[in-house]
Amino acid sequence: MVTIELVLSEANVMDNGVVIKVSGPLVVAKNLSGTRIYDLVRVGQFKLFGEVIEIHGNEYFIQVYEETEGLGPGDPVYPTNQPLNVELGPGLIGSIYDGVQRPLDVLRNKLGDFITRGAESPPLNRTKKWRFHPTRKIGEEVIPGDILGTVKESSLIEHRMMVPAGIKGRVSRIKEVDTTVEETVATIETHSGVKEISMIQKWPVREPREVVRKLPPVMPLVTGQRVIDMLFPITKGGTACVPGPFGSGKTVVQHQLAKWSDADVIVYVGCGERGNEMADVLIELPQLKDPKSGESLMERTVLIANTSNMPVAAREASVYTGITIAEYYRDMGYSVALLADSTSRWGEAMREISGRLEEMPGEEGYPNYLASRLAGFYERAGNVICLGSDGRKGCLSVIGAVSPPGGDLSEPITQATLRVVKVFWSLDDRLASQRHFPAIHWLTSYSLYRDVVDDYCVSNIDSSWKENRRRAMEILQRESELEEIVRLVGIDALSYGDRLYMEVAKMIREDFLHQNAFDRRDTYTSLKKQYLILDNIIKFYNKAKELLKSNVEFSKIITIPSKEEIARSTLIPEDQLHKFTEIGSKIAAELNTLLPKDMVRSA
Amino acid sequence: MLKEYLTIKNISGPLLLVEDVEGVTYGELTEIKLDNGKLRRGRVLEIADSRALVQVFEGTRGISPENAKVKFLGKGQEIGVSPDIIGRIFDGAGLPIDGGPEIIPTKRVNINGSPMNPYARDYPNEFIQTGIAAIDGMNTLVRGQKLPIFSGSGLPHAQLAAQIARQAKVLKTGEKFAVVFAAMGITFEEANFFISDFGRTGALERSVLFINLADNPTIERIAIPRIALTVAEYLAYEQDMHVLVILIDMTNYCEALKEISAARKEVPGRRGYPGYLYTDLATLYERTGRIKGKQGSITQIPILSMPEDDKTHPIPDLTGYITEGQIILSRALHSQGIYPPIDVLPSLSRLKDKGIGEGKTRIDHADVMNQLYAAYARGEEAKEIAVVLGESALSPTDLLFMSFADLFERKFVQQGENENRTIEQTLDIGWKLLKMLPKTELKRIRPELLDVYYKGKMT
Repeated sequence: MVTIELVLSEANVMDNGVVIKVSGPLVVAKNLSGTRIYDLVRVGQFKLFGEVIEIHGNEYFIQVYEETEGLGPGDPVYPTNQPLNVELGPGLIGSIYDGVQRPLDVLRNKLGDFITRGAESPPLNRTKKWRFHPTRKIGEEVIPGDILGTVKESSLIEHRMMVPAGIKGRVSRIKEVDTTVEETVATIETHSGVKEISMIQKWPVREPREVVRKLPPVMPLVTGQRVIDMLFPITKGGTACVPGPFGSGKTVVQHQLAKWSDADVIVYVGCGERGNEMADVLIELPQLKDPKSGESLMERTVLIANTSNMPVAAREASVYTGITIAEYYRDMGYSVALLADSTSRWGEAMREISGRLEEMPGEEGYPNYLASRLAGFYERAGNVICLGSDGRKGCLSVIGAVSPPGGDLSEPITQATLRVVKVFWSLDDRLASQRHFPAIHWLTSYSLYRDVVDDYCVSNIDSSWKENRRRAMEILQRESELEEIVRLVGIDALSYGDRLYMEVAKMIREDFLHQNAFDRRDTYTSLKKQYLILDNIIKFYNKAKELLKSNVEFSKIITIPSKEEIARSTLIPEDQLHKFTEIGSKIAAELNTLLPKDMVRSA
Repeated sequence: MLKEYLTIKNISGPLLLVEDVEGVTYGELTEIKLDNGKLRRGRVLEIADSRALVQVFEGTRGISPENAKVKFLGKGQEIGVSPDIIGRIFDGAGLPIDGGPEIIPTKRVNINGSPMNPYARDYPNEFIQTGIAAIDGMNTLVRGQKLPIFSGSGLPHAQLAAQIARQAKVLKTGEKFAVVFAAMGITFEEANFFISDFGRTGALERSVLFINLADNPTIERIAIPRIALTVAEYLAYEQDMHVLVILIDMTNYCEALKEISAARKEVPGRRGYPGYLYTDLATLYERTGRIKGKQGSITQIPILSMPEDDKTHPIPDLTGYITEGQIILSRALHSQGIYPPIDVLPSLSRLKDKGIGEGKTRIDHADVMNQLYAAYARGEEAKEIAVVLGESALSPTDLLFMSFADLFERKFVQQGENENRTIEQTLDIGWKLLKMLPKTELKRIRPELLDVYYKGKMT
């Protein structure tokens, strides 16, 4: 090994650059002619990973993804002449990578519990054999994006091997084989000669993968979280952000979405967050079962973990690494969801590097290109027609957590994010301190997909979906106005009609919106069940309003025994949804007994 | 033989610019020798061609371009570790200040450490008993957690820190426990309090202390938590000990960081703190945890004083984003004479749920905790209404909750500075208080537990 290294560096000695300056993660080198901007280079004797982010004449500014202690002027810089790539192919699912796609599980086995510098290992396992099933025959014409064959990657995911970009021609060799990712599985005759196709593809992370065209979103991304699906839904191919101060439950929301949203593939990017949280995901996901297939949730998940203490430049790259992997599965025709926790840490990484580059700072020291980078990232989401002759559709939803300093939403990252995303789940400190979870505030949050999702739910769940939701929002809105009055003059000053608003709003908050992520029965609720829970509350409200008109005593209405059953109805199992109708009839019956005798007769 | 340079060009704050150097690397340790024979140490912050920017740990006072020689040592800052460091007191440079002999290190370790591989982490789920009811009962600390105490000037965080250091233990017998204590920029009186308290109570025998006083070089404050954590990692992962690291006061650490950043003329982030404050704090706080297959663990309690008791100030704010919860001290409770003045409502231990319950603390722990929290919150809410509308506006139940809230503060939160409550005692006090409420109001407690524990009325 050592001799090979020596020969290699001697052979390249003329082409190597030389370090002239080191300042934290920023290294400046000279004599790297031929190296393009955003090319990857290896720095110093440890061969640390770095990326060229600026070129001034003969000076190349390199952001280094690892601790730079011990580097100094005169150290060599080795060009690789390629941009920062990710490796795409079977074996991604179930993996855990750092921000520059180094496999953390493999690194631990090789190098121990701490990440040492210059550690390297190929992202995809080179020795594992996969069974390749061709779906194309010899002699067929193929274009980029066409599926050549499939590999059973996990119990949930069939990996579809696509013709790489730029290759078009006739399949000249293809057969079913057990093979590793590097070996050729097919050859294609093109105008510029015969191309050998293996199961591994590379793609530069900062470049969005090509699609035929984008489509508007039409389907909800069902998350099983009631406040989200019912009030502030997100679509497949949509974008959302979750800003909130610390302790308001951003990460729990992200984890819940990673666990329960009905995407085929989940890419979870832990960007500058806690190591223990990643450990939690790693321990928990394999044990949780997918509600549809019953398989382990790890069978559809790719994890990117660049925790807060890992190098900041790799953190900057981690969201790109994640979204490129997500796009790759989207291109196979899957519905993919990317969860990034937290995009603020990504923005801070940009700020740190920008500061080292001595760029002109914008607001709060963030670089002036912050907004365009954020927009460019979220714009990689969408509902698309994938490359290939079959016109298959894929979609990529992106959900980013934002950690505004001091919970102040006027800060640059939150504001730049809100300009691009369509759904805003506003986490509220006060709700969190009342232990109301998820602490998504119903008055400040919004979703611009509501109409699309309403249309879908009205035709697929129930025709009164939209009406019920509208009514629920109205009651919650009214409650906040009434609360002001109550605070000043006390509850007794309200009319019974208004007190009913308060009572029903409380039911909506406590019996519907509040959801316990840690309760096995409550953690996921199907759309149908969500509808049924809310429907009983609205039915109670409508009926109670009628009774008030007939002068029935308010205290009797709100103390009917079946009201307790509504409160507990979130725990009704998904296979016993008929119980909701029973509760509904019980409510109606109990309320009816309160009617004055003569009225019952006349009715 | 290392070269000595006489080529200091600029001096600014704690920084020196040295010219015409050769073979110097980033992060390297330096020695600056003054003509009066005094030695100072520093670290290379930036190296460009033949110019090195050096940060001097002890400050640059008295240095001139003519009177000082700079020597580059060719390695980063290291600390010598050995099992003998337990029971000893050191300064910010890692030199003993307790009059004892120098440590003969079994090995030297770079103080910056390496990031722990997230894949190697084991999830924290074992209880640490601090003997303080408001922590053990309500915001339980678990091994491998980082749980800061947000305090303010004039609040008794030093006493609380000392009490935790004294009392903390793991419930399983036969496990080795150690405390690593790092003080940054504290006053002589505070330092004296800790040293004598640790000595008096015997806590010193299982502790390692690193002390940087308010008049010691600011720059040492940057190194001291890293030294402490390097020692902690050694004790935890090589000596199989459960280590509790107490860092006090993180505000002084951040101020030091700000000072250096300003001297380097960096673009500031929020309120003048450097833009990388989050990342920098994370490199400290994240050195907490457990590793799969290793006996030991590191638990951290950083203590910080919030400027103007403001939780949204960058220091508590960024800390809260990294740590797993926070214990908040309240000035209102303190002025009522309640010690420890832990405000239970905004305090939170994110990892508590995995460290409590049957086999870890007691089967009823989670229920009691949730019920106490809910009842106290309701009592406090009632108090607020009473302020606006008068007590007559409250229902009898609300009045009951109000007096519950008072008693909760007096009996549960309040305890003696030397009172070490077991988790059983803590929970029993909780039950005693809950018994003043009607059984029907205890909705957070499972019926089967109510049957066992809710017996008789409180006297």
